[in-house]
Amino acid sequence: MKNEMTLAFDSISENEGFARVAVAAFVTQLNPTLEEVADIKTAVSEAVTNAIVHGYPDGVHTVVIRARLNEQEAELWIIDEGVGISDIKQAMEPLYTTRPEQERSGMGFMFMEAFMDLVEVQSSPGVGTTVYMKKQIRQGVGRQEG
Amino acid sequence: MSTMELKGNRLVVHLPAELDHHCTEDLRRNIDRWIQEEPIQELEFDFSRTVFMDSAGIGIMIGRHKMMTALDGKVIATHMNVQIQKVLKLSGIEKYISFYKEETV
Repeated sequence: MKNEMTLAFDSISENEGFARVAVAAFVTQLNPTLEEVADIKTAVSEAVTNAIVHGYPDGVHTVVIRARLNEQEAELWIIDEGVGISDIKQAMEPLYTTRPEQERSGMGFMFMEAFMDLVEVQSSPGVGTTVYMKKQIRQGVGRQEG
Repeated sequence: MSTMELKGNRLVVHLPAELDHHCTEDLRRNIDRWIQEEPIQELEFDFSRTVFMDSAGIGIMIGRHKMMTALDGKVIATHMNVQIQKVLKLSGIEKYISFYKEETV
């Protein structure tokens, strides 16, 4: 199975739920387990929230998600053209947050890394950020019928 | 929608179906008003209706844990599904917050 999709939406928090559900629905074509679907939803929610909160702190802009299914592998790109990250290593450290006053837990990247097989971040200040994530969808075990 | 229920000095927060960054602002304001206005000793996060939570929910829980500790109170969490249990476990907050699959009282 090979399939691709691109989704573009406004950087407003209402779309966090929409984005994770849309990606989950697309990945369903690989017949994932409920746990794999939940993992992907959580990772997408974290990346999209980062794009909305940190990528675009001012005003409404566009967040893009690309998804590619290839055999049993799901690849995702969450893309913003916002402020970018100057120190990616620091941003990905568990518990690091630029916004402690908003009670952000600083666990976003930690969750993405825990729930996906691979997470890579490309970012340039003033250009934007792309989070690339990959997950292998297992075959056979605990499969839902239908 | 989240709803609040006061049982003696315990505030039960019935959390919404999806607990993400989108709903945290309202939820936090709502809980904090109750904590300021009532003599609450125990804060219960009830996940009965919640099917999804990400790190935004963890942020809320850690913040409320700090508030309740300052008041010599405590925070508990109940009725979590498998996804939420996984997120809670990963976050490490079980060091501070007691988890119950069923209601305690």
